[in-house]
Amino acid sequence: MEEQKKKPEAAATGEVTRRETFQKLGLGCLAAAGAGAAAFGYEYLSPNVLYEPSPIANAGKPDQYPSGSVTTLAEAGVYLIHGPQGFYALSATCTHLGCRTAWAAELGIIACPCHGSKFNTDGIKIAGPAPKPLPWLKVWVNDEGDLMVDTSATVAEKQFLRV
Amino acid sequence: MAATKQDTLGRLRETRVWQSVFRSGWGDSNLHRALAVQQNLFLHLFPAKMRRRSLDIGVTWYLGTLTLVAFFILVATGIPLMLYYHPSVPQAYADMKDLQFVVSAGVFLRNLHRWAAHAMVLLVFAHMARVFYRGAYRPPREFNWVVGVVLLLVTLFLSYTGYLLPWDQLAFWAITVGSNILSSVPVMGLKIRFLMLGGNTVNANALLRFYVLHCVILPLAAVAFIGVHFWRIRKDGGLYRDGHAAARAAESGEQRHG
Repeated sequence: MEEQKKKPEAAATGEVTRRETFQKLGLGCLAAAGAGAAAFGYEYLSPNVLYEPSPIANAGKPDQYPSGSVTTLAEAGVYLIHGPQGFYALSATCTHLGCRTAWAAELGIIACPCHGSKFNTDGIKIAGPAPKPLPWLKVWVNDEGDLMVDTSATVAEKQFLRV
Repeated sequence: MAATKQDTLGRLRETRVWQSVFRSGWGDSNLHRALAVQQNLFLHLFPAKMRRRSLDIGVTWYLGTLTLVAFFILVATGIPLMLYYHPSVPQAYADMKDLQFVVSAGVFLRNLHRWAAHAMVLLVFAHMARVFYRGAYRPPREFNWVVGVVLLLVTLFLSYTGYLLPWDQLAFWAITVGSNILSSVPVMGLKIRFLMLGGNTVNANALLRFYVLHCVILPLAAVAFIGVHFWRIRKDGGLYRDGHAAARAAESGEQRHG
């Protein structure tokens, strides 16, 4: 009864009642705990170590790739191409929805089986829904003289490696 | 013979054990029938009384009930399948093939699970279309429509997560394509994809995450929302009210509390 009498007074004078204080304190604690749980959950669900294959592939000695050849490095998901201007590598992952494309040697194009995108050997789209050309990947020769490709590092188009 | 059976059942209903389980008692009256529904945990989701018309097949085509039956079949076949299936990269595909060719009745359970899954997705869509074209989403049922949309999404996620588990080429590329569609969500798409797959590619973590979602999290969500869905049918005035009765109820401002 006493509290009921007090309430309108407190509201009128703009004072905060004990009940309101504790309600806000309780809600604040719940909000803090919720935010903490969300952060905890997000951190837990994001793996810190991934046991995925290395993005760097060793393609061996350059002289095994004759000029004009297109070689599929299946494990890395890369086309290693020895063009007239030198070596370069294209990602074999379709830029549409991530399917693995295939080199159709008889047609001289790269084709995706999922939704029919087609690319030429410069990675330029010639048909299908793919929104972007196939990315050019970083290629270099290591100290042992092996050709190396980094599938996680893209370079600008028309960057050739002369060996 | 019939009389003896009746007496045996009658004597059973007299026992203390029976009466401790079924508190409403037994009798051939409307009150007893209503109590039998109202005092049962499972049956109390349903109304104690309903119009005979609402049970006609023309009203609902039983699409919601058929969806529930498909869900029961999926639970009943899915649990035995879990006993032979290991959600790991070296074993998943081989276990699926073992279920088809080595385990007794394994091919029956796997195929039943697969067909029931297709049927459930189809039935959910048909149910939604039926509710839409009959206007059964209108007030006071608008919240139950929302619950139904949640159940549609849960069904589709169950279907999608189950798609990966055979770990064959179809599964791998379907989930690759699906997760790449997800990554086109603005701003946080790639992050959502990373969390869902537990990595950058469809790999061991993705298989395990999809397995846990498929076998634990999504079925529990489905059961919870199915419970709310059925209970709301009763609370929102039952399956069917003929136009005349509904108009009369609206005129008198009658509030139905089921």
